[in-house]
Amino acid sequence: MMEATMLKIKNLHASIDGKEILKGINLEVKPGEIHAIMGPNGAGKSTLSAVLTGRERFDVMAGEIEFNGKNLLEMPAEDRAREGIFLSFQYPVEIPGVSTVNFLKTAVNEHRKYHGQPPYPAGDFLKMIREKMELVGIDNKLLNRSLNEGFSGGEKKRNEIFQMAVLEPKLAILDETDSGLDIDALRTVAQGVNKLKKPDNAVIVITHYQRLLDYIVPDVVHVLYDGRIVKTAGKELVAELEKQGYDWIKEEVKGRS
Amino acid sequence: MAKEKDEILQEVTGSDYKYGFVTDVATDTIGKGLNEEVIRTISAKKEEPEWLLEFRLKAYRHWLTMKMPQWAQLTIPEIDYQDIIYYAAPKQEAKKDWEDVDPELKATFDKLGIPLNEQKTLAGVAVDAVMDSISVKTTFKETLAERGVIFCSFSEAVKNHPDLVKKYLGTVVPYTDNFFAALNSAVFSDGSFVYIPKGVRCPMELSTYFRINAAKTGQFERTLIVADDESFVSYLEGCTAPQRDENQLHAAIVEIVVEKNAEVKYSTVQNWYPGDKDGKGGIYNFVTKRGICRGENAKLIWAQVETGSAITWKYPSTILKGDGSVSEFYSVAVTNNYQQADTGTKMIHIGNNTRSRIVSKGISAGYSSNSYRGKVKVVKSCRNARNYSQCDSLLLGDKCGAHTFPYLEIENSTAQVEHEATTSKIGEDQIFYCNQRGISTEDAVGLIIKGYAGDVINKMPMEFAVEAQKLLQISLEGSVG
Repeated sequence: MMEATMLKIKNLHASIDGKEILKGINLEVKPGEIHAIMGPNGAGKSTLSAVLTGRERFDVMAGEIEFNGKNLLEMPAEDRAREGIFLSFQYPVEIPGVSTVNFLKTAVNEHRKYHGQPPYPAGDFLKMIREKMELVGIDNKLLNRSLNEGFSGGEKKRNEIFQMAVLEPKLAILDETDSGLDIDALRTVAQGVNKLKKPDNAVIVITHYQRLLDYIVPDVVHVLYDGRIVKTAGKELVAELEKQGYDWIKEEVKGRS
Repeated sequence: MAKEKDEILQEVTGSDYKYGFVTDVATDTIGKGLNEEVIRTISAKKEEPEWLLEFRLKAYRHWLTMKMPQWAQLTIPEIDYQDIIYYAAPKQEAKKDWEDVDPELKATFDKLGIPLNEQKTLAGVAVDAVMDSISVKTTFKETLAERGVIFCSFSEAVKNHPDLVKKYLGTVVPYTDNFFAALNSAVFSDGSFVYIPKGVRCPMELSTYFRINAAKTGQFERTLIVADDESFVSYLEGCTAPQRDENQLHAAIVEIVVEKNAEVKYSTVQNWYPGDKDGKGGIYNFVTKRGICRGENAKLIWAQVETGSAITWKYPSTILKGDGSVSEFYSVAVTNNYQQADTGTKMIHIGNNTRSRIVSKGISAGYSSNSYRGKVKVVKSCRNARNYSQCDSLLLGDKCGAHTFPYLEIENSTAQVEHEATTSKIGEDQIFYCNQRGISTEDAVGLIIKGYAGDVINKMPMEFAVEAQKLLQISLEGSVG
């Protein structure tokens, strides 16, 4: 039986300050899949994640995005999150005076409200937090400190994955999660992501380099270049890109036009 | 979408000032204007002793020689002091029995959420309610009296404890102190008086609610708190006023005396009517608050949440006279729309080994202007003084202003003084991060504000911390887009 498509992007065009960044993206993601989106700097990778999650500073000029049958473009950012889209930020922000635990309690209860559920009973919430903490291997001390304030690069990224574990998204987008991480931190973060992988959720890994994909192995690899997906293949494409860089893709694109 | 979000924010946080109603109660007022005759009338109405009338007249004569201070970062429209009514009182005397209180007045304080009925009241809080120029009711007087604690209206204190009042009145804020202090000393009407005897820990929170009701009047209350050796009291004042197009003047004085090893905690939730969205109306809040740590190891803590008033000019200060005395100042001041605030503190170190701590958090939104002005002074003879000051400003939107004016006058080289200041904005990045976790924009603003002001809110008495936090959120109108 064909698995229903979770995310369907059709001919997506988006711009910022009048400059077109995405020039017709087509992408389909099914539950259980891991997609990698690779590409050189400035290709539009981060713009794609921003448009998917509803960042207002980007204007969608044309195209459609469907998520589990719903029109994503009509939803404000918070509803997209509540529908199950999670973004692991490249640069997580700091919120002084608000602990990660308190922040997540607010977030989780907003999700529950959206789905017609009562707020989490305090005891159950803490129990769940403890379980997820162990799952992704994050220190309790970190969670009681102000959100991301004074966290190292690795701690911030690990905190993102912890939040992902708590919010249990259907689709997680990891935006350059490997940037600024040493190899140990990278491995911990990747292990966290792999543990959270289930047959009914999906992951989009956005990255410039191959090294994260050594740990989070993608089913499908796309190359984004100049606002378009110019190549789609299996995981073997990762090694090829690592060996040859992006220039041959650029040549190929030029040759086509 | 930015627009839509703005609208939602307007709806949620742009709620109208909830205390803007007027109570229809018979009021005893005198004619507009100020002269010696008016002062004699006020004094006579209050059946005051001769020495107090003299005090008032001296203050008035001194006031005539003074000019309104102009140094603050405020634009204050011309005030016609002859166009103000200096005495207005609901037509009833403070009643001993709850049953005798005018039902309209009861209803007013009920509406404000202030329980005057001792059966219904918050556990552990005694309340003095002041409407316009007089105190309406003080609860739990008898319970407090058993411990020797005096908590009553200022007028009653003048009648029943004249020696105490005479001993301390004007010793911390002399009538010559400044323009508004002189004016208050001449025309002050009522307020609260607190005396905690030696060695007594006041068994409950004391609280005064000030309410301006009558139109065209000014409110000039006076609070005097004396904590004798080894005593402790926590005191809270709250303030509201009706919504009117005119501006009303509020010029109060608070004097606090803290003796040896005593501790006073003075908290304020200031929510005078701030004016409307276009800056029309609102209270001019020109207040002099000062305490003295007179004895060794005395301690005075100020905690305030300031959200109201069209213009605020206020610097709760401490004179650290006793060796080893300590003072702390925690403040959150919010300005929105066209509100202006110039507020901060002064810590005057005189005694050796005195310590002070200042934590000021300004939040500006709309077209408002919010200034911190603080002074730390260490006199020449004071050894080993310590001060830590932290002044943070948070901006919502780009049409508001935040300013910091710290003054340091350190005359003794053994002093250790630290000052930290930050200015930040609630950024689009922070809001979007919250949105992406499923938190709406208005809740995100609330969460960020809560985190920012948490250090101060935590210093408020527990019963009022929740109220204070809600007030913060309500006061911030949709200024993040």
